[in-house]
Amino acid sequence: MNSVAAAHPPLKPEWTLPSRGRVGMFCLIAAESAVFTIFVIAYIFYIGKSVSGPQPKDVLELPLFISICLLSSSLTIHLAVRALRRLEPTGFKFWWIVTLILGTIFLVGTGREWHHLIYDRGLTVSTNLFGTTYYSLVGLHAFHVTAGLIAILTVAILALLGKVEFEYHEKLDVFSLYWHFVDVVWVIVFTVVYIVGR
Amino acid sequence: MASEIIAINEFAGGGQSVGEWLHGWVTTVDHKRLGILYILFSVFFLVIGGIEATIMRIQLMVPHNHFVSPEVFNRMFTMHGTTMIFFVAMPVLFGFGTYLIPLMIGARDMAFPRLNALSFWLTAFGGLLLYFSFIGGNGLYGAGNAPDVGWFAYAPLTSRAFSVGHSTDFWTLALLISGIGSIGTAVNFITTIITMRCPGMTLGKMPLLAWMNLVTAGMVILAVSPLTAAQIMLCFDRYLGAHFFDTQAGGSAVLWMHFFWIFGHPEVYILILPSFAFASEIIPVFSRKPIFGYPIMVAATVMIGFISMSVWAHHMFAIGMSSYGNTFFTITSMLISIPTGIKIFNWIGTMWGGKIQFKAPMLFCVAFLFQFLIAGLTGIMLAASPFNWQLTGSYFVVAHFHYVIVGAILFTLFGAFYYWYPKMTGRMYNETLARWHFWLFVIGFHLTFDFMHIPGLLGMPRRIYTYEPGRGWEFWNLLVTIGTFVQGIAVLIFVGNLLWSMFKGPVAGNDPWDAWTLEWSTTSPPPDYNFATIPVVESRRPLWDLKHPEDPDWKYE
Repeated sequence: MNSVAAAHPPLKPEWTLPSRGRVGMFCLIAAESAVFTIFVIAYIFYIGKSVSGPQPKDVLELPLFISICLLSSSLTIHLAVRALRRLEPTGFKFWWIVTLILGTIFLVGTGREWHHLIYDRGLTVSTNLFGTTYYSLVGLHAFHVTAGLIAILTVAILALLGKVEFEYHEKLDVFSLYWHFVDVVWVIVFTVVYIVGR
Repeated sequence: MASEIIAINEFAGGGQSVGEWLHGWVTTVDHKRLGILYILFSVFFLVIGGIEATIMRIQLMVPHNHFVSPEVFNRMFTMHGTTMIFFVAMPVLFGFGTYLIPLMIGARDMAFPRLNALSFWLTAFGGLLLYFSFIGGNGLYGAGNAPDVGWFAYAPLTSRAFSVGHSTDFWTLALLISGIGSIGTAVNFITTIITMRCPGMTLGKMPLLAWMNLVTAGMVILAVSPLTAAQIMLCFDRYLGAHFFDTQAGGSAVLWMHFFWIFGHPEVYILILPSFAFASEIIPVFSRKPIFGYPIMVAATVMIGFISMSVWAHHMFAIGMSSYGNTFFTITSMLISIPTGIKIFNWIGTMWGGKIQFKAPMLFCVAFLFQFLIAGLTGIMLAASPFNWQLTGSYFVVAHFHYVIVGAILFTLFGAFYYWYPKMTGRMYNETLARWHFWLFVIGFHLTFDFMHIPGLLGMPRRIYTYEPGRGWEFWNLLVTIGTFVQGIAVLIFVGNLLWSMFKGPVAGNDPWDAWTLEWSTTSPPPDYNFATIPVVESRRPLWDLKHPEDPDWKYE
């Protein structure tokens, strides 16, 4: 096949294509966005349609602190990857573990909120349509946070063992796209569940 | 030549123990082997889905028939539809895509080989799960075995109250899991096509097969994900007592319809675009002309992908939408005939003035053009909502969508099987048997699906297990059933041809069709690494440039 090239003037030297990891991650994010869209549509469609209580305005409180933690973790993961790219391993470890802590605070906060709703307010997934849509939408998001935290924890352990070198910065950069996506989804879930739907 | 024979021996397992051979296939991450696994898996399920269709047709052959009970009939149409869409059509098209895309864009594998293997095995697991329902669907309840809720499984039929036992759980889990596999494949297709093209292959020089699979993969991502989400909701309803589709608690059965058809209609185009891709590769080669209107073909493909996301509710005209809703979906459904019309025009333009060779792949593609046009015409009829109110849920609809799926998708697939068979196996199929297959299948297809329109127009509803004599339906149903058997014989000839040629067919050589895309530049079957050196291309037909250095395409493109 090389003779194809030889049969005519040589090719322009540069032939660069986008990074595999980034394109793959953007595709995954598109698919995940479609899944979340369906759950958000179901949530909005069923606002105010529960035939029995409790209603959102009776039981929901704005989870401001954990939301700030989760949204800040987008910044810290960015700082972590940037530190790795700039060959600053200490900075990388510091910011990466801060990200882990912030994400964990969010997850624990969600767990506490659910515990409160289930045991103090008697709201479960089968109580009414609000319970159904609330736990499935917030739960789907929490599931994605959990998946992300498992990955962050794995990298954190490897980093503390000194195994995360400069060469991994691109992969961690791709992973950080996922984490930013989880944060953006939280902005939407927060708006729909705690502001529009309350 | 020697290397080809060695390659064939490897393919057939020569020189290895059975254990090693099996281990090689089960643990493979090679896109060619996974492509073949996808295809074999689909052919297996094609036979099963065909048997289910035959059981239904025997039952409907004469009025008041007692071949199967109503319960079994319900299971048969549910399993037939689910099997054919999710475990035949999608995996076989993914299989061809997985096999061909890296070869056609000059890459050595897919972007994510392990994800590729995961996607296949998830799909395979989904298929096994669906069929395990025949054994495990009873659960502890002793009610029902295979799913019997129809392939679109409308609520509230799927609720615990109306679907006792586990059959519906097997259905929903099978679709959930195979759906995740499909999304994985789609991610892989897009990433491969965007990031793995060989030097010189700009998007405008990419083979149309790659283009159409790129658009298909985008649609899979946007359409299969909602189905996955809806299946999660259905699981919650059935297992956690959630109320998404529970009308007694304020839930909505119509919401399920919307969620299903947001997947369900783009799905039709997810299946037809790869078929268009086969036609776009086969018709030029056998007309000895480059494709007519390449940029317009690409634009039409993207247009179909775009419009198809906004037509889903034309499956729901009868549920009582507002007149604005009906009008919107009527207009969008009719709009989509513009890009498809452009494509048919371009294929005919490709054939016009060409030196057409009517080999088996070309025969199937020409029949496809003719049949797809008719399927499109009944599609426009059904897109008009007042007409749809009369015929929705009748055999006219069944005839229409089988005309698309069999008359267009299956025909181009048969063409693709014959066209790439020499590349995949290194052997040539038997042309005489292929012609027998073609003509018998054409006759059987038209007997079945032309005449199926008529009982529909006469008012025969779909999904009835038997009917009264004296309504004018008997004769047509008899013809339809006879056609089914003719098609069955044709498919047996097809499978026999492929099996026989695998061992006894003449060695095909690298490029039996004198074709122009990169897969024909390597050996048949291709080595593990596909290309010894990564090719460099300058036009849409790199092998033409190679064979005709005095008049290469890149001078004109």
